[in-house]
This record gives sequence, C-alpha cells and structure tokens, in this order.
Amino acid sequence: MAAVPAIELSGIQKSFGSVHAVRGVSLSIAKGAITGIVGENGAGKSTLMSILYGLYRADAGEIRIDGQPMRMDNPHDAIAHGIGMVHQHFMLVDTFTVLENLVLGAEGGPLLAGGLAAARAELERLAREYGLSVNPDARIADLSVGEQQRVEILKVLFRGANILILDEPSAVLTPQETDQLFRILETLKERGVTIVLITHKLREIMAATDHVYVMRQGQIVADRRTADTSPEELAELMVGRKVRLQLDKAAPKVGDVLLAAEKLSLVDQRGVRLLDNVDLELRAGEIVGIAGVSGNGQTELLQILSGIRRPSSGTLTVCGRLIDAHHPTDPAEMRALGLAHVPEDRLRQGMVAAFQASETAILGYQAEPPFCRNYLLDQPAVGRHCATLMDRFDVRPRAPALRSSNFSGGNQQKLVLAREMDRTPRVLLVGQPTRGVDIGAIEFIHRELVKSRDQGCAVLVVSVELDEILSLADRIVVMFAGRITGEVPAGRADERTLGLMMAGAHA
Amino acid sequence: MIARRPLPAWAEIAVLPLVNIALAFLTVGIIVRIIGVDPFHALSLLVVGALGSSESIGYTFYYATNFIFTGLAVAVAFHAGLFNIGGEGQAYIGGLGCGLAILALDRYLPAPLMIPIAILAAALFGAAWAAVPAWLQAWRGSHIVITTIMFNFLAAALMVYLMVNVLIAPGSMTPQSRNFADSGKLMSMHDALAAIGITVAPSAANVSILLAVLCCIGVWVFLWHTPWGYALRTMGHNPEAAVYAGTNLRHMTMLTMCISGGLAGFVGVNELMGVHHRIVLDFPAGYGFAGIAVALMGRSHPVGIVLAALLFGALQQGGAELAFEIPSMTRETVVVIQGLIILFSGALVNMPRPWLQWLFSSRRAERP
Repeated sequence: MAAVPAIELSGIQKSFGSVHAVRGVSLSIAKGAITGIVGENGAGKSTLMSILYGLYRADAGEIRIDGQPMRMDNPHDAIAHGIGMVHQHFMLVDTFTVLENLVLGAEGGPLLAGGLAAARAELERLAREYGLSVNPDARIADLSVGEQQRVEILKVLFRGANILILDEPSAVLTPQETDQLFRILETLKERGVTIVLITHKLREIMAATDHVYVMRQGQIVADRRTADTSPEELAELMVGRKVRLQLDKAAPKVGDVLLAAEKLSLVDQRGVRLLDNVDLELRAGEIVGIAGVSGNGQTELLQILSGIRRPSSGTLTVCGRLIDAHHPTDPAEMRALGLAHVPEDRLRQGMVAAFQASETAILGYQAEPPFCRNYLLDQPAVGRHCATLMDRFDVRPRAPALRSSNFSGGNQQKLVLAREMDRTPRVLLVGQPTRGVDIGAIEFIHRELVKSRDQGCAVLVVSVELDEILSLADRIVVMFAGRITGEVPAGRADERTLGLMMAGAHA
Repeated sequence: MIARRPLPAWAEIAVLPLVNIALAFLTVGIIVRIIGVDPFHALSLLVVGALGSSESIGYTFYYATNFIFTGLAVAVAFHAGLFNIGGEGQAYIGGLGCGLAILALDRYLPAPLMIPIAILAAALFGAAWAAVPAWLQAWRGSHIVITTIMFNFLAAALMVYLMVNVLIAPGSMTPQSRNFADSGKLMSMHDALAAIGITVAPSAANVSILLAVLCCIGVWVFLWHTPWGYALRTMGHNPEAAVYAGTNLRHMTMLTMCISGGLAGFVGVNELMGVHHRIVLDFPAGYGFAGIAVALMGRSHPVGIVLAALLFGALQQGGAELAFEIPSMTRETVVVIQGLIILFSGALVNMPRPWLQWLFSSRRAERP
C-alpha cells in the first residue's frame, strides 16, 4: 500500500473512569476499500469509531485523514472531513418523506422549497452514480427496513461523505437484504468510497471486506487480509482461545405437548393485526426455534405465551391451563405453572438496571420462599441465592451487591438465564438468548439450553440470528408479518430457504 | 453512553446536599445584602431563632414533623415512579378524617381508643383522597400530576364549604369546629417530657413526632424489606420489568398512592390533634408542596427525609423569628429563602455534581 491511507489512527487511548476502553490502538484504513473491524461486544469497536466520528474525545493519540492530522471535537468536524456514520439504529423521522429526512440538519435556508429542490437533484445524481434508487417522496414508515438503511446511506453520501462507517448494519436485515447491502457497498467501493464495517458476524467479514482488524479488550490483536484468514482463526483471535462454532447435541427425546397455541391472533387498538392465526406446539425435551426478521410478531408471540398480553382470539394451553381472550392469565400464574421466560430485551424487561444483582436475581420470585418469609424479604437468603446462581453460571464479577447495570451484557444475560433456569421449569421461553453477548458466553448459554432440553424441558428460542437458530433448534418455525410461514426440521433447514420464508415467500 | 465516574455513596448522601445548601445560602446572602441587611446578622438570628432555646427547638421539631409526613408521602410515590403533588389536599382531607372521627366519638371514647381511631381515620381519608387520582391514572390514563394538583383545589374548596356551612361551631364567628374533648387531644411534648422529669418550655411540639418516627421506620421496612416494596420499586425503575415479574401495575399504583395519601394525611394528626384541637381552615399551609422538596433533598430515603425535614423545620421557625426581629425581612423574604433552598436542592440538585465528580476523579488521579 503505497497510497496515503484514508484514515490513520495512531496510539488512540480512551478511558471511562476506571474502564480502559481503548488501549493504544493504531490502524490504517485504505482508500477505496472495505475494511472490517471485528470483535466481541465490549471490545472497544464502537468506542473507537465514536472517537473517529467525534462523539468522544480521545485521551491520547492522533487521527489523520488523508495524511493530515485532524481534531474531531464533534460529529460536525467529522462530517466536514467527509466521514459519515450509519448507526445500528436508524436515525430517521418515520413520518417524514425520504427527501425531508435527507435535508434534515441541512435545510438550506429559512424556506424549505429551495433546499428540497436542490436535494432532489442531488438525490437523483447519487441514485444514478451509485445505483441507490429510493423514491424520494415515500414516507419512511412505508419503506422496508432494507430501504430505510439505504436512506441512511444516502443521507451520509448527501452530506458529501467519502468515508462511510457502518455499525452492525445487518442487525435488522434478512440474509437476502444483507446480501443486497453488500452489493451496494461493493458499488460504492468501485466509485472510490472508503468503507469501514463494524460487526461481530464473521460470515459478513468474510463476505464483504478486503481487510480486517480484530479487536479484543480495547486493543488491535490482529490485522489480516480477508483472503488470508478464516472464520475459525478470526473467532479464536476475538476470544483469545479456541472456540467451537459448532454445537454438539444428541437427538432430542421428545415427550408430551406442554404448550399448544391454536389460531392465536392479536389485534392492537388501531386494528393492526400483529399476530395472525398462529399455531404452535412445544413438546417436552425439544428446542423449537422461531426464526424471522425482528418485528414480525415474535415479540408479541412471546408476550402472549408468557402471560404478559392477552390474545384477541385463539387459545393457548400451557401445562393443562387453557387461556384465551376471556380467560386471561398473568406472568405470575404462568410462573406458578412452571413456565419461565427469558425476555428478548433484558435491560427493559428482564432486570432492573438500578437494582443490585441480588435483587435482579429474584425478579418475579420475590414473594416466594426462601426469599420471602413472614411477609419480609430475607436479604441474606437473597444474597446467598444470587451467589449460588453466579457460581453456577459463571457470572463475573461475583458480586451480588453490585448494580445490575454494571455487569456486561453477557453477564447480565447469564444472570437472567440463571434466575429463570434455577427452578427447572417445564417450559422455557427464551427471546434473543445471545443478543449483545460475547462468543465465549454464547457457547455457554447454548450448552445450558441444550442441557435443560435434555432434562425434559420444552424450550422455545426466538432469535434474529439465523446461525443461532440453525445450531440450537430441533425444529425451526419461521415468522413473517405475524404469520407462521413455514416449519422445517433442523436437519433439513438451510439458510436460503429460511431466508425466503423470512421474507414472506412460501418455500 | 458511558457516564462520568459516579460519586462515592457517602459524597452522594452527605456532600452533595451540603453543597446545594451552601449555594442556596450564598445566593440568599446576596439577596439579603441587597435588601440592606447584614447577611451574617440575619443568619445568626435565623440559627438562634430555630435552635436557640428549648421553645424554638420545640417549634422546629413541630414543623419538621409535618415535613416528615409529606416528605415520606412524596418519596413513597416517587419510588414507584409516581409524582404525587397532591400532598396538600391529602393532608387537608386527612385532617378532616381525624377531625370527623373525634367530633363524632370524643364524648364516648377514652383517649387510648379515640386516638388510634382518629389516626386511622386520618390515614384512611388521606388515602381515599389519593385513591381517586390513582384510579384515574391506572384505569383511565389521566396523568397523576394533573389530577393530584386539581385535587388540592377540590380539597380546599370542600373544606371551606364544610367549615362554613356544616362543621362550624354553633354561635362561632370564625369557620372552625367546636373544640375536641380531651380524649381527642395528643399530649404535647413538654407535658410528655415533664412526665419523665425533663422540663422544657411549652411549644407546639407534640407526641405525633413519635408517629413520624414510626412512619419512617415503617416506610423503610416496607420499601426495602417486603416483596411489595420490592415490586413497588421495580415499577418505579422499570414498569416493563414489573409487568414481566407479574406485578399488576394498576393495583400497585393504587396501593402506592393510598400509602402516600395516608402518610400525608398524618399532617392532620399533628396539626389538629396536637395543636389546634379543633378543625380549622388552611392548616396544611404549604407542607404538602414543601414535602416534594424534602423528598428530593432527602434522596427519597427516610433518613435523608428526617434530615431535610429538620432543616426545613428550622428554616420555618428561624424564618418566623427573623421576620419578627428585622422588619425589612418580611414573611415573604423568608419564603424566598425557602424557595431558593428548594430551587438549589430540588431543581438544581445535579448542578454541582459534575464539579464534585471532577474534584473526586482528579483527586483520585493524583494517587497512583
């Protein structure tokens, strides 16, 4: 590489209090290429990119853009130097049109009309040049997720960026949409745009990048040409030890039906059908995986199955108890029936961030012995219980008195799982078992889920990670737009057919 | 976003409120200077007025009792994520409750029966007055901040009507009820202390301060040592997690507001049974609102609330002395002082936090 790199970072340091998030990172991003940065959650990828984008100020180190040292004090500086960022969560106004979103923050004067006309012309040029076609007058809310992401990319290009940072761009996409995104990135690269792709998905690194940096614990631990490496090597570099990407499990010993849903439907106040005649059976000793792009009814299904929401029509039978619109239940009753639920969003549902870990570890069970005796909480018993769970599930640090929010995502998830699996439930519902969890913990969580299956528990796993569903489930059910669009035994499932079902096409 | 290093717990509880109060007094000092009064002279009058004699200490305690009740009321609701601004009305109606019970029964019941019944009636009436806004929020979605404020006005209007038309003592020219019989009066603090051989000057302080202490302990046990308190705090921090855990948010909202209203209702016990010995108008006198500041300043913890209530009680008492001693410091000036303390320890409570954090982290950085 004789040419001047687009971005050069040298000796970047960043600490948050006692946490040393980025430790002397140096890297160079080649012009007109796709560079991947891969690492586990908490490895410092996002912090590093936030420094580059001006959201954080580095404690030490130097940033060079096109060989010139630069100061990035805020995102405006970054944008001015041609750096644009596409965030994992879209920053779009749903009720605005594509064009209106585009000019947001760059309206060009007190009257909109002029700015909009100029933006329309610019948008047409971008569409021609990069093959990014979007109807400028469509409302964001009416666009598919893939198209919304295209708008995000357009927004960045519209600001004149020639360096594009994408943070976990595929988190909300189907495999097909991801492929489409990669084709777009390829086109952008051919037009000379420099792209930085941050992800924890090794498959994507292999498919899309030219060069890859591996981060671990705030440091760059490896720097490879993508053609010269393999997913196994990258995984090992990320975690720092050998990792088995494949999960060993025996054939399931399937027993009685413990949970049965028949024609389950859910209509919200506005009359939108969120669930449409869902039939589902869950038997003792099997893991059923629900695949689908997020937002296709999985959340609502879990809410109904766990007793949080009541169905509009249809019936649900859990361990012999019949539930329908007129005989609703609540999460406490479901728990008493032997159903445990690891919610999709642990921060918002599964734990209380401000509570001590020991308090989070009794959430939902606080009124039961041994935690509650004579109407009083037995705090020592609560603490001991938490310590036991932490030992069993290897939650680090082993500090029951620490605030729940001070644990890393993986350890929070292990604590929630430990709480729910502690009472050997008959039915276990697990939403996004490994979202935001590092590879080492993923392995552990998967093994625990298989273990409880082998003990006769009926396990339902909802996940947007297709790899996870493929490796865990004995039976795969695909959801799209609130309906079940297909069911496949795990042995006969492949990514392509599942992807088609996830997009609503019947295979 | 990763936050700045949090303050150590002791600094959070002890240093931050002190800095807030210091800032408030600094500002007050400037204002007092502008009025043309020597701030140090005013401060010494204030302190002596609040703590200078056993009488003034008695009054400080008497005011603090009210602030403890309303502070706890706000704190309990706050832990559940509810903002109860209706302490004023709940205190008023709580007073009506104990007054009605006493007017109905004081001629038939001895004090050991009458007093618990009256205290219970105060709690029940206060709770009932809070239960309506709670119900409106839980089932109808009307925001509790709005409804509790409106219920303050309703309470005031209702009380005026009742006092002028119904409960007024026959032949009286002022809107107040007949005097309670002795069985409906709480023992004053100086009598109670005299009984165990301690002589203090008479003041309005009475044994309801013991009720306030019991309430502090009760709230502490309830919030941190019972499964209901646990569920209540879960709802306050994260309602979705509370639903997930099986808590019925509607029922919990009702329970919380009833406890909160009941605590506020005890102001009536202190005021009517302890001091006025009859039902009068306007006895809540802003204690309900000040309770918000007390709870904020006390970090919604019973110990903090006691400390904050003592400070507010001292300000109330010392301020009254100040207004008496220095004619140019009117009653309103004293209200301004209180307002500034509320401003600095309530609305601006987090303003000095970054400075302190900077101070603490830079001090730590010097140590290798």
